[in-house]
Formats: sequence, C-alpha cells, structure tokens
Amino acid sequence: MNACAIDTEVANLAELRKGETAVILRFASDDSAFLRFREMGLLPGTEVTFVRRAPLGDPMKFEVRGALLSIRKADAAQIEVERR
Amino acid sequence: MSHATEGGGKPRGGATTQRLPAETKRVFALVGNPNSGKTTLFNALTGLRQKVGNFPGVTVERKEGTCISQHGQELSIIDLPGAYSLSAQSPDEEVLRDVLLGRRAEMPQPDVVVCVIDASNPQRNLYLASQVLELGLPVIVVLNMTDVAEARDMKIDAAALSRALGVPVVPTCAVTRRGLAELRIAMSRSDLPVSHHKVDLPEDVAQLVEQYAGGVGHAALYLPEEKDAIERAAPGWEDRLITARYEAIHRICEDAIQAQRLARAGLADRWDAFLLHPIGGWVGLFGILGVVFAFIFSVATVPMGWIEAAFAWAGGAVEAAMPEGDLRDLITGGILAGVEGVVIFLPQILTMFFFLGLMESTGYMSRVAFIMDRLMSKVGLSGKSTVPLLSSYACAIPGVMAARTIGDPKGRLITILVAPFTSCTARLPVYFLILGVLVPGDEVPLPTKVLALVGLYALGTFGVFVFAALFNKLLKRQKSAPPIMELPGYKAPSWKAILIQMWDRAKQFLVRAGTVILGMSIILWALQTYPKSDSDDPAVQAEQSFAGQLGHAIEPVIEPLGYDWKMGVGLVASFAAREVFASSMAIAYGVDEEDEDAEAKLRDKLRAAERDDGSPVFTTLTCLSLLVFFVFALQCLSTVAVVRRETGSWRWALFQLAYMTGFAYLAALAVYQGGRALGYT
Repeated sequence: MNACAIDTEVANLAELRKGETAVILRFASDDSAFLRFREMGLLPGTEVTFVRRAPLGDPMKFEVRGALLSIRKADAAQIEVERR
Repeated sequence: MSHATEGGGKPRGGATTQRLPAETKRVFALVGNPNSGKTTLFNALTGLRQKVGNFPGVTVERKEGTCISQHGQELSIIDLPGAYSLSAQSPDEEVLRDVLLGRRAEMPQPDVVVCVIDASNPQRNLYLASQVLELGLPVIVVLNMTDVAEARDMKIDAAALSRALGVPVVPTCAVTRRGLAELRIAMSRSDLPVSHHKVDLPEDVAQLVEQYAGGVGHAALYLPEEKDAIERAAPGWEDRLITARYEAIHRICEDAIQAQRLARAGLADRWDAFLLHPIGGWVGLFGILGVVFAFIFSVATVPMGWIEAAFAWAGGAVEAAMPEGDLRDLITGGILAGVEGVVIFLPQILTMFFFLGLMESTGYMSRVAFIMDRLMSKVGLSGKSTVPLLSSYACAIPGVMAARTIGDPKGRLITILVAPFTSCTARLPVYFLILGVLVPGDEVPLPTKVLALVGLYALGTFGVFVFAALFNKLLKRQKSAPPIMELPGYKAPSWKAILIQMWDRAKQFLVRAGTVILGMSIILWALQTYPKSDSDDPAVQAEQSFAGQLGHAIEPVIEPLGYDWKMGVGLVASFAAREVFASSMAIAYGVDEEDEDAEAKLRDKLRAAERDDGSPVFTTLTCLSLLVFFVFALQCLSTVAVVRRETGSWRWALFQLAYMTGFAYLAALAVYQGGRALGYT
C-alpha cells in the first residue's frame, strides 16, 4: 500500500479508530431520517473525530465543529467518510 | 411520522399574528439551542418575577417573566424551549416554531426575538440563529458563555458579527451577570432592526416556496404539508438549504471569530475520560445513584416524619376542639388524611428534583443517557429514558414528570406507561408488613429482608422491560429518526435554576395531582364511614360500610388469588395510595393504630386470622400472591393524576391503570393457583 491510498481511504464513521479524524463524504441513504444530523452540522466536507465509545460499546462519541455528539453505531455506519 | 402530532385544529398562516397595541408590554421571545445557557439568562433577567405553566394541549413548559427596561417599562419575556432547528422534530420544537411563526392562538407573535448563542460553539448555534434571522422579526443576538469561549482561546468580534448579521450582538456571561446591563439597553431600544442576513435559497426552491406558500410565506420552509409539497417538486431541497446556511455561517465565522484552532471540547473530554470510562463510568453512575437514593431513603424521611407529626398534632387538635361527629371525622379522616397523603410525597419529590436538576445543570444527565443507551435500545427506548425510570424507584411522580426530557413522543409515552412498575418507596411499608406476616419470629432477619427486597425490585424491573418491549412492538405509528444527542460541556451547577425548577415542579404536583388526591381521599373516607353501623366496634363498621360491602362484592373476583373480603377492603383503599393498605387492614382487624406496638399487633392478628373453616388466611401462597399484586398493580391516584396531566388525556392514564392492574391480577393468580397446583398451601 502506498501512502496516498492510506490518506484517502474510504470508510464509514463506525469504522474509525479512537482519536481518528475523517471528513464526511455522504450519507448512505438520502433518507430524510438523517436531516437532523445535517442540521447539527454533519455535512459533506465536515471533519469528524471519533473520541470514545460508551462503556457498553455503543453509542459512539464524536467531536464535530467543537461539539461532542452521541451517535449510535448503526447510524454512524450509514455515514461514509474519507480517512485523514 | 413525527408529523402525525401536527394538530389539524391549529390556526394556519399569519391569521393569529395579533400585534398588541403599542401601550401594552413588548413581548421578547428567548430562543436558543439546549445548553446555550438560555434559562440561566432568563433567570438572571427576570429574577423571581416569572410564571410557569403549560402550553395548552401539549406538555411543553411555558415560562414567562417580566424584566424592567432601561426606561422603567415592563418587558414581557417568554423562555421558549431549547431547540436545534425550526424544522421541528419534537413537541418542544413544534411549540418554538409555532410561537415564532405566530401560529399559536394563545400567544401573540413576539415583538423581538432574543437569540442566545453558546459562544464556545458558534457554528452549530448560529444555524438556529440564521433560521430565526431569516424570519424577518427584529432580533438581538446574545453571545452567551463568553467565559467558556475565552477559556478555549476563542476571540469573537461581536462588532464584526453584528455587522455581518445586521442586528445588535451582545456578549454576555449569564452566570456572572456580565453583559446583562448591555443586553437590557439593547432590549430597551424601540428601533431594533430586522436582519439583512438572507441565505440565498436555491433558485428553484425559492420559486417553489412562493408557489406552495399559499400566504404562509417563509413559514412554508417549516410546515410539514408545505415541506412535503416542495419536496415532491424539488427532491433534496432541504439538504441544499442546510448546506447553504452552513456555508453562510462559515463565511461569517471566518470574519468574526479568531480561534487558536477550531474550538476543541477538550476540558469536557478530560472529565469524560473518567465518567464514560468502561469501568469508571459505572463506578461514577452507581456512586451518584447511591448518593441520590441514600438521600431519598434517609434525609428525605426526616421531613416526612415532621409532616406525619404535624398532621397527627393537627388531627389531635381538631379532635380536642370539636364535638364527636361526622364533620369531625370528615376533617380528620378525609381532609387532613388527604392533604397529608399529598404533602407526604413532597420531601422525596423535592429531593429527586434537586438531584435531577443538579445532573441536568452540570451536564451529567446526558452522560447517563449515553452510558445506558445501548441497554435501553434493546426495548426500543433511548438512553434518555434512563433517568425518568431510575427516578421512579423513589416515586413514579417525579419519574413521569422527568419523562418530558425525552424528545421522541413514542419513547416518552412508553417510558411513562412502564415507569410505575419500578418499586417506589410507597410500596415498602406494604412489603414489610407482608414479609413480617410471612417470616416467622418477631423480626425479619436482615439477609432475608434484603433478599426479598432485591427479588421484588427485580420483579418490577422485569415488568418495565417486558412491557416496554411489548409497547414498542404494538405502538408502531411513529417512525422515530435516528437519535443524535449532544454531550454538553461540564458546568458548575446553577443553584438558582435548580431551586426555581424544584419549586415549580412541587407547585405543579400540589395543584394538579393534589386536588385529585384530596378529592379521592374524601370519597374513600365516605366509603369507609357510611352507612353507619350501630356498633362502636370499628371492625364491624369496616365490614358494614360501603368499602366493606365493596370488599365482599369483589370477594369472588379476588378469591382465586387467595384473598378474603378484608383484604378486598385493603385493596380497594390502597388504590388511593399503596401505603393506605396497612392502615385499612388495621381498621378491618380492629387494631388501634395509636397503639405503641401497633405494627407488631397487626402482624400477629394477620398471622392468627382464620377462614371460616379454621385454616389460616395468610398462608405463604396468599402472602406471595399479595406481594406480586403490589409489585405490578398501579395503586396510586397521584400517578394516575400526573399521567393524565403529562399525556394530556385520561385515555392513557386509564389504559395504564387497567393494563397494570390486569397484569397484576393475572400474575397473582398464576402464583396462587400455580402454587396450589404444585401442592403448596
């Protein structure tokens, strides 16, 4: 693997490692269900950092635009990101 | 669909935009994200000059206060519920949207919107602000929590922000009251400008808004029907709009905000490193719960003792001052007992609300939700149901009231419906009485007691999860959006806000639940007093009264559970409140409650009680069946009254009464008949 491939690896938000930052590419479904996510600032191009998970492994805590947000793993898996 | 909660009867459009005449008070609406310090600001502006009520038809708190302007005029301030967007997804947000759009009949459209922004998290907070600015009302933007922003090395140029938005921007720190004078000066201005901030709607969307608005104008962006119509013509328009808003916000922030780096939630995360730690998180959670319940079971019982003593004294005073008769009995047995039955809950309710307020105010509440979310999601609830359910172990009343914080209407309803299965403290006297009868000897050994209590609590908790799962399957009408929850920064608690909320909640309970409980207490008194028997023996009176007749009447129904008519009387009475069971059993068995060792006497009487055929009444099976019945049955008028209030109709309150009591009956039946079938007696 060359460095470039690692730099732009596509993943979903639930796959991030602790402390890892990624940039949102798109939501897997364009369902209006995720409208509130976008209103909370999770838009394509937004940087998201996975901070930690809950003691039971789910949900996950992310930092987005300086705020800490809790998102369930299954929902995070619907968000496609590009690893940095 | 969340749209289903949209009432058809609500006035549409601008029809209700009744501007009050100039000489009446100007109305300021306080708007902002949750955790933006909006309520602290409201308290700082209004002091104790505030009224708390409800918006009609919904359980959304309506807080109004008065503040004096720079020119000595009274200004009316409404603290609207915290929200992230005008595209409403919860009853709270619907109220906010409808008030701002002037669509609520009981409230005029506000004259000025005071939009509170958490300065330490400007981008997301400016999203709601930009929606508000687009509405075309005069707006004052308050940059609150500037202290937190400064601690994060963020410098916000209020003047630049004001130029960009075209409205006054006032930096404040509501906790230390910094900037309040400047805010009051801004609010006193009569020439407040309307923002020139406009998000450029994509061309096609702008045209569609014109086309479908049908006179509602900009409101079309937030009203479900209009939104659906636009969506059909321009799929994905809302996404484009959100993006356009955030792009505009980004440009403004680049000009007005200098941050060393984009604000990091660093400090909050250092606390989270422990409080959300796989082990530390549980230590913290159970430690805090331990403290809360220690207070409920020890500290709160002290004022409860005072209340009991005060009512005993008042009863004695009435007895000494009045001649014997029905009126005296009504006062002591009906009215005083009823008032006591209401007031006795106050110490626990206040204690519970103190800790709930403390958790909310410091930011820990959402951590509890975060830790417990996975567990609750197994039965279709979210972590937000945790605290209401845990509170219910003290008393279902604060628990049901705390369910207001659950945004999802279905999750909230299910939480309310199952909350009373948790074994509240009012069940304890009944458990102890029956355990005393069940376990031989003068004193129930501590290990037995603990083991029995753990079992009973586990049984109630089992009821919570089974029925939550069941209702989750049955109530399919609303599809809930995937939950996303903010974990706010940790803050020092606002004691004033906590005390004000405790006072408000206590008042709501006293007025709304109190009147129902008092009324029922008087009815129960009448049932036990009339018709009068000729005998002076209270046991004979108990049998001949309506309550006794009722006990006899339901005997065929409760006999399969192993109960006789005397227990029937106790059960009928305990539907007012569980703890009444012991006292009505005492009456039925002729034990004078004033006696020094009344408890032991009652226990011995119950143990010795015999059926007509000479067999004991309180067999092991009967006691177990009774315990199971008390675990599951909804025998608490206060809860019924509060559920009616919180769900807005008798429908759910009565359904809950019926299903819980029906299930309690079946469970007790299964225990008794199952036990007999297995050869136990």
